[in-house]
Amino acid sequence: MAGKTLYDKLWDSHLVREEADGTAMIYIDRHLVHEVTSPQAYEGLKLAGRKVWRSDSVVATADHNTPTRNWDKGMAGITDQVSRLQIETLDKNIKEFKAKVYFPFLDKRQGIVHVIGPENGATLPGMTVVCGDSHTSTHGAFGALAFGIGTSEVEHVLATQCMVMKKYKNMNIAVEGKLGTGVTAKDIALAVIGKIGTAGGTGHAIEFTGSAIRGLSMEGRMTLCNMAIEAGARTGMVAVDDKTIEYCKGRMFSPTGALWDKAAAYWRTLTSDPDAKFDTVVTLRAGDIVPQVTWGTSPEMVTTVSGRVPDPAKETNPVKREGYARALQYMDLKPNTLITEISIDKVFIGACTNSRIEDLRAAAAVAKGRKVAGNVKLAMVVPGSGLVKAQAEQEGLDRIFREAGFEWREPGCSMCLGMNEDQLSPGERCASTSNRNFEGRQGPGGRTHLVSPAMAAAAAVAGHFVDVRNLE
Amino acid sequence: MEKFVRKEGLVAPLDRANVDTDAIIPKQFLKSIKRTGFGPNLFDEWRYLDRGEPDSDNTGRPLNADFVLNRKRFEGATVLLARENFGCGSSREHAPWALQQFGIQTIIAPSFADIFYNNSLKNGLLLITLDPKIVDKLFRDTEANEGYRLAVDLEQQTVSTPAGDSYKFDIDPHRKHCMLNGLDDIGLTLAHADDIRAFEAKHRTAQPWLF
Repeated sequence: MAGKTLYDKLWDSHLVREEADGTAMIYIDRHLVHEVTSPQAYEGLKLAGRKVWRSDSVVATADHNTPTRNWDKGMAGITDQVSRLQIETLDKNIKEFKAKVYFPFLDKRQGIVHVIGPENGATLPGMTVVCGDSHTSTHGAFGALAFGIGTSEVEHVLATQCMVMKKYKNMNIAVEGKLGTGVTAKDIALAVIGKIGTAGGTGHAIEFTGSAIRGLSMEGRMTLCNMAIEAGARTGMVAVDDKTIEYCKGRMFSPTGALWDKAAAYWRTLTSDPDAKFDTVVTLRAGDIVPQVTWGTSPEMVTTVSGRVPDPAKETNPVKREGYARALQYMDLKPNTLITEISIDKVFIGACTNSRIEDLRAAAAVAKGRKVAGNVKLAMVVPGSGLVKAQAEQEGLDRIFREAGFEWREPGCSMCLGMNEDQLSPGERCASTSNRNFEGRQGPGGRTHLVSPAMAAAAAVAGHFVDVRNLE
Repeated sequence: MEKFVRKEGLVAPLDRANVDTDAIIPKQFLKSIKRTGFGPNLFDEWRYLDRGEPDSDNTGRPLNADFVLNRKRFEGATVLLARENFGCGSSREHAPWALQQFGIQTIIAPSFADIFYNNSLKNGLLLITLDPKIVDKLFRDTEANEGYRLAVDLEQQTVSTPAGDSYKFDIDPHRKHCMLNGLDDIGLTLAHADDIRAFEAKHRTAQPWLF
């Protein structure tokens, strides 16, 4: 019998029961809750008179709607009354239904749900993690099984502690070799999506393997798993190694003492067996990957920084050709334009993809001693959490950013999706470290180009896209 | 959830691939704490020429006459014909809510994104995956024939055309059962509460740090 993949092991260790047709009940260890996808779920519980099965599995925060300025004004700083009501509704629901911990708006540990989980040890190897947010795949970086879910499923997990689902196929994305200088996990993620497409991982659980993945820090692995959903896979993961265990040590909810030793010993088994079988295997050579920039309105519309905007006329698939043409029209780009000739109006460094301390360090290293270009109207840095912000300030990164002309903001999801006031205006073009370049994503009519933090900072100082490796 | 057994209705063709949930229902409408009221803002940025806000009155807003759902001949459509990877992007369940509240009961496409697929079926919105060639033909027939309607039979797992063609589709038996009977998933799962408790006890012993 073939060995088990990491996904097989995580699935088997959480299987409550399974029907003959493969429909299974999977036990959920950690439920991350935020203000946008939870109100209707709590309302549903109330209407049905149901209780929360295990409130100490719930870790909650407000992140999507929260402003990144005027925190000194408290709740009154939220000028949008609809947003404010949603945040207050979460406060009320957590008070009534309880949680293991709640980091509300203004708390020093508040932040993007996918940043605060890992940094507080609320995400641990071997766990099943769900959240009403598609980027929950981020937590797979820890050798955890993590899914984004909708509101009905949020209600279902609150009420039953289980997900009802069928097992996905196993996909291995192997990245072998050594990444070049200036090439990051974000570039791997975009290169993978460029190769397999935004539906390439649909119906699969992705495990990222290979020496280049082992070489990534935990934060890099989170960036990579974060974007698994942009490749169509609801879950992405990386096997546990020394880095994983080292990262978890000493965090707020990590085990300690004898329990730590027992946990760490178990976590070391969370790797795919050498003879494990994958249904699909995709291989990339790390040395071939260079900094990536998206040019269209889907993450698969991506090329290298030295590349050009494609010519739709050369695309043979009619649905794709029309998609390319529509994207170029929306993005206001002409075929064959060099990526480095595209100038930008705004820069956003943040989001659950790239708002952790290493991301900010990489961006600051580029910004240091340079100035944001005159044509850039706004370059903003939004740390992923209060803890990331405090750490960055301790290291003086905020000063570097401010001196270069960047704005230094309070933590939250911010301009990744523009639910708060941080948005692009129609026609504005943004170099963004977020995860989606969909039409209107960062604001109606806004034009998003996805890049790594260093590439975003480089674009900010150059005023247009530039290869961070050649920055003078 | 409302039962879905057999429905037939007018077809509207949305001819673009990778339609994402940001397009289906833009972010500003996710601030609502309610489950209803999303219909008027379905495809808001494509449907209207101005920017919609959660509290705006949608009745007087300027419409984009070119958008398929604004074309007179597709008024009252309940079947949406779509392309590859429909519903990609975020996990917002507001997307199926908006589609349903607009009046869409069935979506036919060559493929759907996983989370959107789940969210839709949990709300009684039937998503049907058909071969790209068949979907292509349905697009052509819809454009060519004004008032083109399709009949969907979940029991038989068929889509039937006015010309008498019938296409079989796959659906997971558990999901089919839930949709046919309008069953509440939570109730079904809680029928196995003893299994959950037994698993939990075992899990707590094996990995006490998780509790």
